[in-house]
Amino acid sequence: MLAETSEQGLTPLTLELLTAARTVAPTVEALAWGPDTASIAGALGEYGASRVYDVGDLAGALPGAPVAAAIAALIGNGERPDAVLLPASYDGRDVAGRLSARLDRPVLTNVTGLVQHDGALLTEHPVFGGAQIVHARFTGEGPGIYVVRAKSFTAEPAGGSAAELVAAPAGDVGPTGAAKIVGRHVEEATGPKLDEAAVVVSGGRGLGSAESYALVEELARLLHGAAGASRAIVDAGWVPYSHQVGQTGKTVKPTVYVACGISGATQHLVGMKGAKNIVAINKDREAPIFSVADLGIVGDVHKVLPALIEALRSR
Amino acid sequence: MRVVVCVKQVPDPAMPPSLLAETHTLDRSGKLVMDDSDSYGVEMALQLAGDVEGSDVTIVSMAPGGETSGLRTALAMGAARAILVSDEALAGSDALSTAKVLAAAIRRAEPDLVIAATESTDGYTGTLPVQVAELLGMPSVTFAKRVSTDGTTLQVERQTEAGYDDVNCPLPAVVTVTAGVVEPRYPSFKGIMAAKSKPIDVLAVSDLGIDASAVGSRGAREEIVDVTDAEAREGGEVVVDEGDGAARVVAFLEQLKVI
Ligand SMILES: Cc1cc2nc3c(=O)[nH]c(=O)nc-3n(C[C@H](O)[C@H](O)[C@H](O)COP(=O)(O)OP(=O)(O)OC[C@H]3O[C@@H](n4cnc5c(N)ncnc54)[C@H](O)[C@@H]3O)c2cc1C
Ligand SMILES: Nc1ncnc2c1ncn2[C@@H]1O[C@H](COP(=O)(O)O)[C@@H](O)[C@H]1O
Repeated sequence: MLAETSEQGLTPLTLELLTAARTVAPTVEALAWGPDTASIAGALGEYGASRVYDVGDLAGALPGAPVAAAIAALIGNGERPDAVLLPASYDGRDVAGRLSARLDRPVLTNVTGLVQHDGALLTEHPVFGGAQIVHARFTGEGPGIYVVRAKSFTAEPAGGSAAELVAAPAGDVGPTGAAKIVGRHVEEATGPKLDEAAVVVSGGRGLGSAESYALVEELARLLHGAAGASRAIVDAGWVPYSHQVGQTGKTVKPTVYVACGISGATQHLVGMKGAKNIVAINKDREAPIFSVADLGIVGDVHKVLPALIEALRSR
Repeated sequence: MRVVVCVKQVPDPAMPPSLLAETHTLDRSGKLVMDDSDSYGVEMALQLAGDVEGSDVTIVSMAPGGETSGLRTALAMGAARAILVSDEALAGSDALSTAKVLAAAIRRAEPDLVIAATESTDGYTGTLPVQVAELLGMPSVTFAKRVSTDGTTLQVERQTEAGYDDVNCPLPAVVTVTAGVVEPRYPSFKGIMAAKSKPIDVLAVSDLGIDASAVGSRGAREEIVDVTDAEAREGGEVVVDEGDGAARVVAFLEQLKVI
């Protein structure tokens, strides 16, 4: 499985992948890149990986091509994984696509569940906004390549000792590795992270204008939560992409999700349907969001949100 | 600069989607239209081609039944020509087979730049453009939110978990764009009329030197086992706001001990 890191160490999705891998396979090995892979060997072992292949520092190259080449080289040299699990992240998808072409094996993406059935590994994929579940599997020779969505599994440590570090250089990938990162920009956010917050308040096109998003942010702040958004208002440039919830954005599973002026399109629902409780405020009684809401308020966000903010402030 | 844009033609999103009972694959028997996600790629291509003198834009698509209506839309926006791969042998292709077919078709256009959407509306595997890049031996920059080029290198702002990265990449290369990067133009009346006479090259699998038994359902190496209904999430109480909406929400949050 592909292990990804951020400034805080292994990403939450990596820990989820490790946990999932352990439940379907007796041996789990990780592959990671970066200047200091040794620093994550302990955490990888704790979550059940026996070994970590270290691709090393990529010197600014986008990971897709070199990391896929490193995995393909291991397989070419006799490693025989049954499955390669990758996180549904920007880089994870790049690695999956490149690896697929190199190994001549297709990819199963948008995986939200893995089950062993009669000796075969079956995947689960939500379709039509999660109304139906497709089960799929690989056929033919060679490893299956799986891209797993965030929040599909709950991360749990296994208590193993540090993973053994083994060098796995990418080698020369020629022009495919020519894309280089020359600068990084972090869009500062205050408060809890969107995909970790216990409360998420999201706004949609029903807010009417970029300025009204301040209502969503204020409500999120009062509830010690994070502010999210539908794609419609991200595309419109009202809020940065890092706020987007849904199929192409973040998957959230908070205790409470408050959807304000969001219709509930299938691509939005797959990102938030896992919330324990859903509150929806929408002026259209027929909006699909009400079919998943535990509490639905048919009303105008410009009336309900200010009143709600006022009520919470005065507590 | 020769720019190729991948345009997927998908079932009309206004129609409710359905799966075919026998194969569990999406029903594509109706009329197909240009995937909205690709309208951003077409617009981006036209803008970049406008920045570099002597450029033009070719559309490449794989679709059943010789479908060209989505291609005409892209041609009406301003693309010069299109290549369509349509062949009964391609029915049931997995994304890798589709990538092989598109890569072979794209190679014919000898592009400097290939643009695709980050993911399609109906398939949303989101891996096809990178598979194409690997098959063509090109670098790729996915999730581009801003792109500029002088015809030799690309400057891209690429989305990340935390914000975005500045990425430089020599051409030829593959780029995937997200929705919202540019504002797709509406085809003008003149554009629509001009599109009618623009060339569309229609190719079969054999024209591309690809073995028909290696693609389509015969070549697929993944299969759908079954489709089941997900556990339905019960809708709860829906109340009309009579000035008490906010109080209802407060009471709900109190009950959950969130406040
Ligand atoms: C490939 C693909 C991927 C996608 N990925 C995502 C994704 O990750 N996340 C995502 O969110 N979407 C995604 N979408 C887009 C999705 O299909 C919808 O277009 C989008 O979610 C709609 O956003 P919205 O609910 O804000 O807007 P709309 O659908 O326009 O809904 C606005 C709602 O606000 C209500 N409203 C209007 N005025 C008021 C008012 N004053 N008070 C209260 N309510 C009001 C309306 O009744 C309406 O229900 C994707 C689409 C595609 C094709
Ligand atoms: N059959 C196709 N014809 C042309 N372009 C395609 C086709 N399938 C996928 N693409 C392109 O690849 C992108 C990603 O597709 P997907 O991997 O299906 O999510 C799409 O948005 C298109 O730009």
